[in-house]
Amino acid sequence: MTMADTTTSSLGISDEVAITIRGMNKWYGDFHVLRDIDLTVQRGERIVICGPSGSGKSTLIRCINALEEHQKGEIVVDGTVLSSDLKNIDKIRSEVGMCFQHFNLFPHLTILENCTLAPIWVRNMPKAEAEEIAMHYLTKVKIPDQANKYPGQLSGGQQQRVAIARSLCMKPRIMLFDEPTSALDPEMIKEVLDTMVELAEEGMTMLCVTHEMGFARQVANRVIFMDAGQIVEQNEPEEFFNNPKSERTQLFLSQILGH
Amino acid sequence: MSDTHANTIAFVRETQLPPSPPPAAETGAIKWVRENLFSSILNSILTLLSLLVIFMVLKGMVPWFWNSTWNANSLSECREAGTGACFAVIRERWPQFFFGFYPSTEYWRPLLTFVLLFPALAPILFNKVPQKALFFTLLYPFIGYWLIWGGSLGGPVATLLGVVVAYCVYRTLVAQAPVIALLASVAAVVIWMLFINGFAADALAGVFGAGLEEVDSRNIGGFLLTMILGIVSISLALPLGILLALGRQSDLLIIKAICVGFIEFIRGVPLITLLFVASVLLSYFLPPGTTFDLVLRVIILITMFAAAYLAEVVRGGLAALPRGQYEAADSLGLDYWQAIRLIIMPQALKISIPGIVNVFIGLYKDTTLVSIISMYDPLGVVQPILADSDWNGILWELYGFVALFFFISCYSMSQYSRYLENKLRTDHR
Ligand SMILES: Nc1ncnc2c1ncn2[C@@H]1O[C@H](COP(=O)(O)OP(=O)(O)O)[C@@H](O)[C@H]1O
Ligand SMILES: [Mg+2]
Repeated sequence: MTMADTTTSSLGISDEVAITIRGMNKWYGDFHVLRDIDLTVQRGERIVICGPSGSGKSTLIRCINALEEHQKGEIVVDGTVLSSDLKNIDKIRSEVGMCFQHFNLFPHLTILENCTLAPIWVRNMPKAEAEEIAMHYLTKVKIPDQANKYPGQLSGGQQQRVAIARSLCMKPRIMLFDEPTSALDPEMIKEVLDTMVELAEEGMTMLCVTHEMGFARQVANRVIFMDAGQIVEQNEPEEFFNNPKSERTQLFLSQILGH
Repeated sequence: MSDTHANTIAFVRETQLPPSPPPAAETGAIKWVRENLFSSILNSILTLLSLLVIFMVLKGMVPWFWNSTWNANSLSECREAGTGACFAVIRERWPQFFFGFYPSTEYWRPLLTFVLLFPALAPILFNKVPQKALFFTLLYPFIGYWLIWGGSLGGPVATLLGVVVAYCVYRTLVAQAPVIALLASVAAVVIWMLFINGFAADALAGVFGAGLEEVDSRNIGGFLLTMILGIVSISLALPLGILLALGRQSDLLIIKAICVGFIEFIRGVPLITLLFVASVLLSYFLPPGTTFDLVLRVIILITMFAAAYLAEVVRGGLAALPRGQYEAADSLGLDYWQAIRLIIMPQALKISIPGIVNVFIGLYKDTTLVSIISMYDPLGVVQPILADSDWNGILWELYGFVALFFFISCYSMSQYSRYLENKLRTDHR
């Protein structure tokens, strides 16, 4: 992974809007987690979200596929307004892929079954076709030979790549990543990031919570810094890292890049 | 140094020795005995004591079995013939132990039902069996009911029709609203059973003819009764228990309250109380003239009882699943029932297998409580024999025989659960 390669940054973004968030607020009980979030994501954009622990990054991207409910404001994903209507939610979820910190593979199913489950049951795809697609994406993340093993038999890095393949099998138009590498041993981080870079190069719309700043520099169009439930600063990666405006961003960057 | 070496040492071996076996004390039986039975003084004492106990027990039991009598008409004849057990009583009374007072010319019917049980259970118990065989499993309850209770084939066919109608109602509505479809199909079953089933059965009886000789529930007893109560209650209690566990977790407050209330009430009341309710009180509550078979009532109550316990066992399994599994299922766009059926339940049930089988075994043995409401389960069969002047004073043989039957059934269940746990082990810890 070459840090200086920023050529991908501005490619492949269209004028089409993928996600619009307007004046979104969320509370856990009395605790105000997200305050007045405004964010527009163009199709093909790669956004990296960073910020201190507890700042609401996970909550923000989990609101986008309605894993968390927001209480105020509006979220529009792919032209569909997120409301409590179950039909809308299922529709959005099948268009938006998500990868979790702890992979969340289904341990009782084989790798292949993990990948074919949603296409078969949500998209009503015939089993043979679903398996073909699954093998295609498993090849893409470079673990086709593990297809008949169970998740427990794979390393963390392999499991996370399976999780990515599992999401891709639904042919999502948007991918969300919540700290996909932070539960991994250092030697496995690269294999997962490489997979994500490849995905970015194919023009996938991506929102990625991560502290891998090399990855942010290489593929992001925009880096968003969050603190205390607010978007404090957002900018192109070069500007963001070299020239942070707010004091909190500077402090955060000095901590994270300092060692 | 090496120069002098050859001179100072008288003999140097030039070939390598073949590997020799370990000393006898380190291998095989002797090693095992030493390590496991005589590893310390305390362990040696315990071993010797246990051997003594085993010897005493065998000393008592072996002659008892060895000198047992199978041919006698009363206990006194037994005592004359031999000093050991008097199994003649079982020889004389075995039909009651197996069938209760089921008409002796019709024994082939429960036997056939029992034999058919295996192909019916196979596709559920072993997934190597082709799943098309499930069709027979679905028909089995109707076949079994007809074989055991007899009467015209019209009755079971009418009920089957009702189920088919309910299924059609469900299929037509499920696409629009799954919950309403479910409620509508339940309503269809109830309406069918209350208003249509009787006419349909009569009409169909005309078509199918008189059928088998009718057998009254009162005459069904022995191991046959135990198996009917056990198997039917187990197969009804598991789905009901799962639904109760899910309901208890539900966000819908009314459903949650109903489930919690049901579980806590049933768990708080002794099973015997419920059985008395089944045998006596229900006839007060039900509209006069309703014929509601006693066996059916008992099955319903045992099922509810077991379901309440199962619900708590399954809830434990659900609680053990990480939240991430729900979130992964949600994020892939699976709806609630798909997530439950494909992701959550397979894992939660797998965790709960030991607890579930525990409840099953408990339920199976609890079916003997029906002897209290004067149904002739195996223990109920024992009572009149004890009172019979011919066999007065015999005890061990009777209860031992009943115990053996229960042990075989329950041990099979526990073995199956171990097989299942091993088969489902995919976590490779
Ligand atoms: N289910 C919840 N209930 C109550 N508080 C929560 C819940 N989930 C997260 N929080 C709180 O919300 C804040 C933001 O959490 P999160 O979005 O996970 O932060 P981040 O991902 O940036 O570390 C944290 O202070 C956390 O303690
Ligand atoms: Mg987080």
